[in-house]
Amino acid sequence: MLEYVFIERSEITETGDYDLEGLFVRLNHAIDSIGAKRVVLDTLEALFAGLPNEAILRAELRRLFRWLKEKGVTAVITAERGREQLTRHGLEEYVSDCVILLDHRVTDQIATRHMRVVKYRGALHGTNEFPFLIGNEGLSVLPITSLGLNHKVSIERIPTGIPRLDAMLGGKGFFRGSSILLTGTPGTGKSCLAACFAQAAARRGERVLYFSFEESPNQTIRNLHSIGVRLEPFVDCGLLRFHAARPSFCGLEMHLATMFKEIATFQPQVVIVDPITSLLEAGSDSETRGMVTRLIDYLKGGQVTSLFTSLTQGGHALQQSEIAMSSLMDSWLLLQDVEGNGERNRLLYVLKARGMAHSNQVREFLISDRGIDLVDAYIGPSGVLTGASRVAQAAREKAEALASLQEAARRKRELARKHATLEQQIARLRSEYETEEMELRRMDEQAGTRTRVLTAERTELARLRHADVSANGHRQTRGRLGKQR
Amino acid sequence: MKNAARPQAAPARRPARLWQLRLYVAGQTPKSLTAFSNLKEICESHLKGRYEIEVIDLLEQPHLSRGDQILAIPTLVRQLPHPVRKIIGDLSNTERVLVGLDLRAAG
Repeated sequence: MLEYVFIERSEITETGDYDLEGLFVRLNHAIDSIGAKRVVLDTLEALFAGLPNEAILRAELRRLFRWLKEKGVTAVITAERGREQLTRHGLEEYVSDCVILLDHRVTDQIATRHMRVVKYRGALHGTNEFPFLIGNEGLSVLPITSLGLNHKVSIERIPTGIPRLDAMLGGKGFFRGSSILLTGTPGTGKSCLAACFAQAAARRGERVLYFSFEESPNQTIRNLHSIGVRLEPFVDCGLLRFHAARPSFCGLEMHLATMFKEIATFQPQVVIVDPITSLLEAGSDSETRGMVTRLIDYLKGGQVTSLFTSLTQGGHALQQSEIAMSSLMDSWLLLQDVEGNGERNRLLYVLKARGMAHSNQVREFLISDRGIDLVDAYIGPSGVLTGASRVAQAAREKAEALASLQEAARRKRELARKHATLEQQIARLRSEYETEEMELRRMDEQAGTRTRVLTAERTELARLRHADVSANGHRQTRGRLGKQR
Repeated sequence: MKNAARPQAAPARRPARLWQLRLYVAGQTPKSLTAFSNLKEICESHLKGRYEIEVIDLLEQPHLSRGDQILAIPTLVRQLPHPVRKIIGDLSNTERVLVGLDLRAAG
């Protein structure tokens, strides 16, 4: 029931003492006619603007609050905020049981509504200021601080879509429901990796919600064709949904509320925010940190695995903007560009991965038309070699290995040859020795024979001549020997 | 405008009109009784024979408060002559009542 109360100051002349019994009578009549339990008075300022005597109004206001309470109705009464104090007349907040302060602030051209419970008799209430939104589904308040860290955790692991990356993460990939931060300078392949992750999840039949704050969905899909990632079949069959919006389109709260709503309606298992940093620029540090915390809390509460890409500005400070965020994340992958030998190559590190034995090694991150692959980067005395240098180094190593192999073979052959020579020498010496030995034996035999023959001849001669053996025998022997030769 | 020197000017301008006055009260409170007696007195002295007073007790007829947008009690409403005028309070300040009823120009 709506009761319209109209006061026009110009129509009213004040002539002495009065009270607001008329208002009470009207309220009473309205309440009783429909048996109301709730009363909304919007707004008290109309009374103060219409009636000149503030002293009477203050007294009557006090009576009104008491009367409403006695009537047993819950009343919501709106009033304007005062310039110096909480309320314009410095009275309303004392007579009411609960005071909620609303305000609307514009920071950096983005307006955000805030809400704070100033007092609430008989209740433990949050004292902080919360941003809130008025959307097409009414008022939504998203508390900055969650009640506690008591999410359910899963021991299930989900692959990343890149086998070598899984291997780096203890061989199985990320935990389900964990939050993953992917940082890198421009052009390091953050979105590609995120898309691979999305594709892998969709292939498993999981629903993936992709928040894109820089590219339109069609552009993302088209660009991913170049690395062999095809997302449109998943979009068509409803497993993958894109939500694209410019970060400057609305305030952080609105973004957060929209994201919550999308997540609540789509019920995804995997959420990708690409990139979270463009959102961060929409608010101050504390606001964005609060926002990321709330988003992660919300996602973790629903066991949703989330991947946030984060753009780092070039230069040395790799971890500059992530300091606030990284502690909220369970895993942190870093993509880095290295320049050398006239080319740029990408490196991937796993900076942290809570709850798993992750690799501390750097991998080279290759993006080709067949997708993403990781290869071992060459680490030598001159540092990490990637790209063409790595290939050159590998070729060099291969050549060196071949050369040493050939050297070994050559030495082996030489040794064999030496062995053969030695064998030959041994054989020659042996045959020489044998020849000599044989000669010697023959000489021995000859000598023996001759002695025997000589002895026999001498004996014969001596027998024949009966001569002096020693005088003629010698000449005879020489003469016979000379004949024999 | 300063024309307080002609106190009888207003009634002289509209001699034959009937004045319809409505006094809203809520029960027989001292304020209501004072207001009624003050009104009677003013009417007798300024509008003799040309007025009607209707007293509405909102405790008995609460729905009537909506029509004239009554919040304050007592409220005197000048139904006729037009335009409608509202005077709140116990009518103890006669000068202001006369000004409010347009019986005397503001001075």
